[in-house]
Amino acid sequence: MVKIKGQVWKFGDNIDTDLIIPARYLNTSDPYQLAKHAMEDADPDFSKKVKKGDIIVAGRNFGSGSSREHAPIALKYAGVSAVIAKSFARIFYRNSFNTGLPIFEIDEVEEIAEGSRLSIDMDSGVIEDMESGKKYKFKPIPQFMQQLIQAGGLINYAKEKIANG
Amino acid sequence: MGLTITEKIFSAHAGREVRAGEIVEVPIDMVIGNDITTPISIKAFRESGAKKLANPDGFSIVLDHFIPAKDIASANQAKISREFAWEHNLKNFFDEKDMGIEHALLPEKGLIVPGDVIIGADSHTCTHGALGAFATGMGSTDLAYAMITGGNWFKVPETIKVVFTGKLRPYVTGKDLILELIRRIGVDGALYKALEFTGDTIENLDMDSRFSLCNMAIEAGAKSGIIAVDEVTKEFLKDKDLAREPKFYYSDEDAQYSDIIEIDVSNLEPVIAYPHLPSNGHPLSQAIADDIRVDQVFIGSCTNGRLSDIEIASKIVKGKKVAKHTRMIVTPATQKILEEASKLGYIKDLVDAGAVVSNPTCGACLGGYMGILGDDEVAISTTNRNFVGRMGARSSKIYLSNSAIAAASAVAGKIASPDNI
Repeated sequence: MVKIKGQVWKFGDNIDTDLIIPARYLNTSDPYQLAKHAMEDADPDFSKKVKKGDIIVAGRNFGSGSSREHAPIALKYAGVSAVIAKSFARIFYRNSFNTGLPIFEIDEVEEIAEGSRLSIDMDSGVIEDMESGKKYKFKPIPQFMQQLIQAGGLINYAKEKIANG
Repeated sequence: MGLTITEKIFSAHAGREVRAGEIVEVPIDMVIGNDITTPISIKAFRESGAKKLANPDGFSIVLDHFIPAKDIASANQAKISREFAWEHNLKNFFDEKDMGIEHALLPEKGLIVPGDVIIGADSHTCTHGALGAFATGMGSTDLAYAMITGGNWFKVPETIKVVFTGKLRPYVTGKDLILELIRRIGVDGALYKALEFTGDTIENLDMDSRFSLCNMAIEAGAKSGIIAVDEVTKEFLKDKDLAREPKFYYSDEDAQYSDIIEIDVSNLEPVIAYPHLPSNGHPLSQAIADDIRVDQVFIGSCTNGRLSDIEIASKIVKGKKVAKHTRMIVTPATQKILEEASKLGYIKDLVDAGAVVSNPTCGACLGGYMGILGDDEVAISTTNRNFVGRMGARSSKIYLSNSAIAAASAVAGKIASPDNI
């Protein structure tokens, strides 16, 4: 059973990709360089404070703006193990999936407090707040995307296509 | 039940009738990368073991964000794309010699064709919908998948039909139409959906304004923006050597829309989006009453760096001077626009007024280089995003507008109408 556990950092609505990784740092795609500046314009100390496994909980339209895949990469290499939001911007949703950053949608993000510890059960689709004991069911991952997960991600799926001519 | 233009484009590419909500894997006519996003795609391409591009002529790399290189890291980053382009003898590779912002350059080159399915690793790829194509932004890994296979998977989007009616007042443009729409529906008001722009206002809108309008569909969260081909589009295309045979699609009268939004724009004033969201629109008269002093004016970007933008800006500042405490930067979107603006005398008028005119690049729009804002500085900009820190310091503020208002504000030193300078 795949479980993600971590402590919560809260953010608001419309956390855009310029907040997640400002364009001034896009002169490289080195994930460790990008990680140093994760969330910098939303919280300048975030990359120093965040611990491996921590979870971001945010409001509506997380990841709006640019198509830069550097955004989920920066979060992932900064140690963020998952992002939970009320909704995600379209390109960010797809990029997170393609870069292996787990993301989940629930409506009740306001109920989760900064600093809480969460446990996310990928198989049952349940997020548990270990402080309050409350449980939330996340919205299922679209079926076609589940097939891609089984194929080992998009590039592995492409490899299979090449191999099958 | 009929189909939307977007469903028809996907049906043609899928080889069967498809409707909103279906997942399809379809061939892509043009895949676009830039200096920032392509290196990650190239890495994934190489790691996949692929030896050649599935559709070499359907792949473009445009170096536009940090080019000419702003620092050593940018130079090294550009090198990755250059070496890949040379290795694959890429026909559609645009470097400094023939440079421009991708979403202005590719239509100019005839590489965007009505009826196409287009993806780009740049969120403003939706600009190309102005030519009756389906165009959307994706990330670098999706781009790599398209480089390897020639296609990608899509969920055929539902469509919101937006009907603009009425004759536009002076100094009101496509930029104002989209800012007004985003003001009404919000920055996620069209999440995952296609925005289809119609109505008599659109029929009378020039191509530059149509590109601006579709360019900012993403700022409402949309997957794409689209305008069906008409005489204005055909006029734009007529002297171009098009990369493919154009195909014209039109929504059926009984097509299914998830929503229809009607906006009478006959009384619309120029719209100014206040910090820090494109949805924070206010009428120009309000901005004038708010007496907003500006440190920098930026005219450029894939939204508003086209010839008509340079033209209106130059006409407004001609014979006047940029205010003492204000800086004005003008960045034509392509070399061809720069050349034509020079020939027509626009560049001289801008320079005489005190503007800096730069080479084509994305530049200041994303706080890349050449016009970074300092602490607490205020800019009025013809770009597409006024997010926190977008153009520089976290404490800087960006107001979005069309090019006429930006130019007038440069002369006044505060947000102003061309009628009051």
